[in-house]
Amino acid sequence: MSVEVDVKTLEIDGHEVSASAGQTILAVARENDIPIPTLCHIDGLSDVGACRLCLVEIAGSNKLMPACVATVQEGMVVSTNTERLQKHRRLILEMLFAERNHICSVCVSNGHCELQSLAQEQGVTHVRLPYRYPELPVDVSHERFTADHNRCILCTRCVRVCAEIEGAHVWDVMGRGIDSLVITDLHDEWGKSSCTRCGKCVQVCPTGALFDKSKIGSEHPKYPDFLPYLNLMREAQ
Amino acid sequence: MSQTITIDPVTRLEGHGKITIQLNAQGEVENAHFHVTQVRGFERFSEGRPYYEMPGLMARVCGICPVSHLIASARACEAIMSVRIPSTASRLRNMLNLAQMVQSHALSFFYLSSPDLLLGMESDPATRHIFGVTAARPELGRAGIGLRRFGQYIIELLAEKRIHPGWVVPGGVTEPLAPAKRDEILSMIPEAYTHIGLALDWYKKIADGFKAEIEVFANFPSLFMSLINEDESIEFNGGALRLIGPGGGIIDDGITAAKFTEVIGEAVEPYSYTKFAYYKPLGYPEGSYRVGPLARLNIVKSMGTPRADKELAEFKQLASGPVLSSFYYHHARLIEILYGIEKIEQILSDPLILDKQVRATAGVNRFEGAGQAEAPRGTLHHHYKVDENGKILWANLVIATGQNNNAMNRGILQAARQYVKEGKFTEGILNRVEAVVRTFDPCLSCSTHAFGQMPLALSLVSASGEVVDRVVR
Repeated sequence: MSVEVDVKTLEIDGHEVSASAGQTILAVARENDIPIPTLCHIDGLSDVGACRLCLVEIAGSNKLMPACVATVQEGMVVSTNTERLQKHRRLILEMLFAERNHICSVCVSNGHCELQSLAQEQGVTHVRLPYRYPELPVDVSHERFTADHNRCILCTRCVRVCAEIEGAHVWDVMGRGIDSLVITDLHDEWGKSSCTRCGKCVQVCPTGALFDKSKIGSEHPKYPDFLPYLNLMREAQ
Repeated sequence: MSQTITIDPVTRLEGHGKITIQLNAQGEVENAHFHVTQVRGFERFSEGRPYYEMPGLMARVCGICPVSHLIASARACEAIMSVRIPSTASRLRNMLNLAQMVQSHALSFFYLSSPDLLLGMESDPATRHIFGVTAARPELGRAGIGLRRFGQYIIELLAEKRIHPGWVVPGGVTEPLAPAKRDEILSMIPEAYTHIGLALDWYKKIADGFKAEIEVFANFPSLFMSLINEDESIEFNGGALRLIGPGGGIIDDGITAAKFTEVIGEAVEPYSYTKFAYYKPLGYPEGSYRVGPLARLNIVKSMGTPRADKELAEFKQLASGPVLSSFYYHHARLIEILYGIEKIEQILSDPLILDKQVRATAGVNRFEGAGQAEAPRGTLHHHYKVDENGKILWANLVIATGQNNNAMNRGILQAARQYVKEGKFTEGILNRVEAVVRTFDPCLSCSTHAFGQMPLALSLVSASGEVVDRVVR
């Protein structure tokens, strides 16, 4: 008996690679050790293409595509690290920094923050845009965790992990555009919400927006690696 | 015509300040002021933050003594949590604070003041700095750099970073002490003793050459305040505050952090962003007092370590009551460095210092809390109010420099009156006025506070230097 496999071949940064139909460009690139920066993507959760850091160029199209959601096509020629992309990525990061109040020096995630690391990797040396300094709330009502909206980049990892893995869907997004805010339940205090206190949202948060109250200073590394294992175990059942 | 001499910026200080000396028509000094010209706003922007973030946030106020802010802040948070921290954590914190005191005092004495003391108040300003000292007396420069490194390295070993370290948290410290680190610190102690021994010997030899300065460097009767233990020995971390009068008599005692605001008030003057602390029962400015090394040594009866106790006995011989001239801050600072080294050795010699239980946990159990510690330059007080979730509603910091503010202003007036005659002055004379401020080792960066509407003065000055118009907000 033969199994029909739909194999696509394409080129990423000059490397000939093969992939199965339906795979995303990001997944194929990572399989082949070709780095593409990401922020809202996390292994084990669905992708939403929110942060736009994984944008790639595809030959023949002037449109940039987010590699985390764009699927492979036969004969595609993909570039992941052109000067144009680098410029866009730096600007996206600068906009993230300017949008809210990211003060690395006093943040619990200083030294292990995905936003900070990406800025370093992508060569962001300064922010050319004026900072907005919005006045945003800090929710300290939860007995174990704190939500500091000043540090949130709206990647929605917390929303997805709560809905897809924990199955509680306590987190969601309120408002539109620049006024968006992640909220618990119907914008209730976190401590009074239907939160199951599992802490998965804290572990997947790429910045210091969600953090454990018992962790202070820069002693708060996060461990989101549990997600793929959790999925694997559930599928096995 | 009256004239104003402005020294701006005052050099070899931590932070930015300026001095103005007003002369009358006869060229005699009418008044003198020390201005701290910047505002930081730490109390304001900590509002709305969770209380457990406060130590880390407050440590950012200063790169010289972040540890004292960490400790005072953590103690204020512990008052809110109503916890008593494990005794090992308390001793570890004390050691961290002492290490900082050693490095900060080394900075003040060797880097900032020894150029005046070794090379002379009138020496060429181009070489009147630590490099000039190192060139003239290499072993002295090496001792200063060595002692600063000693303190900074202990801070790094314990708390990972030399500047703005973490480690101290509400409830204790995050990590117990590793035996390897203890052994490394102990191995550095003999060299530190050599360095401070050399500095003390040298200072005592040259101090007599500064009789004129000793006379007028903020040399007047005043109150003194510092922490003290129940056995009347020196304390940087616990104990309670004692206030003594110019004759040495106890005016108030057992001032805990919670009682602090009942007896200490803060006045505001239009010429400075630094407030003026005073003892409330005596009012302002009569209730002004001095804090820091001189105050501590005037107040305590013993250091609790043998070598420093010998030095303290000698220090007490300088006067029948409290030593009044601020020039002796230098001497007191060196004795405290010696004490710091001895005390660190003492703390580390107890095997219980390696105990793993170093942190207590709790939530918000009170809506208000205050904490105090001795910073290198004097008493430091943090006071917070929180809501039921622990969000900061209000914060107030009373800084050593604010408590010494009145004495510094009186001190520069005293020195200026002595040295500036008939409107004539030289660079060396102005350096002496600056040197008065240096004896206090003020830290201006953490001393600045806005209180209500800050006075803002704009002056329009003509080409000839005449003030044409002046607007005050």
